[in-house]
Amino acid sequence: MAIDARAAGRSLWSMPALVIIAVALTLALTAGPILLAGANPLEAYGEYLVVPLTSRYTLLEVLVASTPLLFTGAAVGIAFRAGYWNIGAEGQLLLGAIAAAGIGQATGDLPSPVALTLMVAGGAAAGAAWAVVPALLRVRFRIDEVVTTLLLNPVALLLVNGLLQGPWRDPISGFPESPRIVTTAELPQLVERSRLHGGFVLALLIIIAAWYVLARTPAGLRLRAAGLSPHAARFAGIDVPRTLLRAALVSGAIAGIAGMSEVAGIQYRLTSGLSAGYGYTGIVVATLGALSMPGIALAALFLGDLTVGASSAGRALAIPSQLGAVVQGTLLLVTIGLLAVRRNRLSRAVEPAAGEVVVAVEQVPGAELPPAATAIDEAGELEVDGRPEANER
Amino acid sequence: MTFLVDLLAATLRNATPLVYGTVGETYAERSGVLNLGIEGTMYAGAFFGFAAAWASGSLLVGLAAALAVGILAGALMGLLTVTLGANQHVSGLGLTIGLVGLSEFVNRLLFRGGELQRIEPFPLVEPPAFLGPLGPIFSQYALTYLAFLVLVPLAWWILRGTSFGLELRAVGENPEAADAAGISVARTRYLALVFGGALMGVGGAVFTLASLGSFTLDIIAGRGWVCIALVIFGRWRIGRGVIGALLFSAVYSLQLRLRILPGWGDVPFELLLALPYLVVILALAISGRNVAYPGAYLKPYRRT
Repeated sequence: MAIDARAAGRSLWSMPALVIIAVALTLALTAGPILLAGANPLEAYGEYLVVPLTSRYTLLEVLVASTPLLFTGAAVGIAFRAGYWNIGAEGQLLLGAIAAAGIGQATGDLPSPVALTLMVAGGAAAGAAWAVVPALLRVRFRIDEVVTTLLLNPVALLLVNGLLQGPWRDPISGFPESPRIVTTAELPQLVERSRLHGGFVLALLIIIAAWYVLARTPAGLRLRAAGLSPHAARFAGIDVPRTLLRAALVSGAIAGIAGMSEVAGIQYRLTSGLSAGYGYTGIVVATLGALSMPGIALAALFLGDLTVGASSAGRALAIPSQLGAVVQGTLLLVTIGLLAVRRNRLSRAVEPAAGEVVVAVEQVPGAELPPAATAIDEAGELEVDGRPEANER
Repeated sequence: MTFLVDLLAATLRNATPLVYGTVGETYAERSGVLNLGIEGTMYAGAFFGFAAAWASGSLLVGLAAALAVGILAGALMGLLTVTLGANQHVSGLGLTIGLVGLSEFVNRLLFRGGELQRIEPFPLVEPPAFLGPLGPIFSQYALTYLAFLVLVPLAWWILRGTSFGLELRAVGENPEAADAAGISVARTRYLALVFGGALMGVGGAVFTLASLGSFTLDIIAGRGWVCIALVIFGRWRIGRGVIGALLFSAVYSLQLRLRILPGWGDVPFELLLALPYLVVILALAISGRNVAYPGAYLKPYRRT
């Protein structure tokens, strides 16, 4: 079909082009706050984007900063692809960190591979456990998972603080930090004189595994089908609630491993400042990466670059490092806005046949946000906000 | 008796920001837009309200700044979700991330590393003497009186009894039919988002301009998310949402008092602090089953 060819031809370059435009627009919009801080925007962009890539140490720091984002980006990406809005990666990460810190204090003389395996398993289980209640409420009673996953984030932080002020308060220093984990429970350092640790490799392995499962296995196909069109998936015989539940648990488990990686690779103990909003940044990463695993990997590296840049700009140009969060939020809004603009243009180009609009847009790689995101169907049939029965009542 | 009077007074006081936020979110969602920017809008209202009051020395200027920030945030949400038809979940979260970041950024610029800045907050209204021992219940901020005696009845009446309210509900239930009847879907949704955003901004400012008189990081601590839950709990009705806000606030105020009672001192206060959030989730699990969402919830509208 001519329509498909046109959509496909445009798609080859449209996503990278869109990301570049999004980054340029974001930089232009953040010139205001930079000027407010009394710095030269061009100089600041250099600090943010280029300087981190110019020395060995900062380059490795970029990889360190992107490690938790690879995990949380993948976690959010998998859930969103299934049409399950897991916004609780932050809390799931903290639960994984609690479990890893608990196990890491207790493994004693166990050999390092055993201790680390136990911690990964414990972190994943704790993250999944924190995700299970919202997921069950969603598939059993159709209670909006957005609200419940969001509400559990402050609860998880309170749990961490409760442990650090109470039973786990460091007995020696008296600081609100847990005791240190044993040395055999630490993730190995990958490169001399750097903080790069085994968690980075683990994150890449998970990204590759997630890519393979999503793109090449029946389970992945079911997950994507449930996300793109729950109605059609149900007609095709897919158990949509079960698929959602699994996606939610896998998502929570990966977020939990992110917490384990920060404890065993960076902090070596539980601290309340362990996560700089990595769970929320995971949403930026997943959206910028168009919910595809290669895209998420690139987006995580890019945001890692920005994070290191934000702290170096803080030192060199006295711009508060909080600007990093402003850039993240702006980038997310600009990206989602541009995605909408592109979708509107695509569907206008093929206006007459509403049915074919769905086909054309779904074939655009990277346009595969779940239906609530792509919301293209005029009839309102297929385009359900991931809530299979919500509109039938 | 004094314990109960004190608890009731605290419940009304602590429910105030939630009432502003919940009414604001109800308007947005009734028009068909889920505004997850509420957490960031309340945060920005708290910070910019405080900063403006601190810089000008006037609490009313602070309140106006919080209103303005809320209006801008609502308009930005409208640009993304109404004009462009972007995904509502991600737009709202992006708005929250950006506004929290911007508030903390300006906070660092204004109060660079210095000690905590304070302002003289809104005073409590003196209760009339004839109320005797019940007086403390009515010793509240003007913003609390405004919320319960003016905002709630007015917001309820606008939604139920005016043509604008009817248009707003029509746009949220069936935008095609509303459009066919000559109602501008985009204009109505913008108005709902801007009005709702203004209320969220004021709700955030209640913390800095009335309760605390200062701004601290993480001041909202997820209460925006609580408001979203209360809207669902209230099934998109103003009155039921306010009841939910009072319920959350009662549990919140109760746990504050339990801490100082003998026998409760051993329970880590963080766990007590988590209690209200868990109660909200429980309330949702009990009353939020299979609720009917507004018909056009999460759906952008475009003419065909």
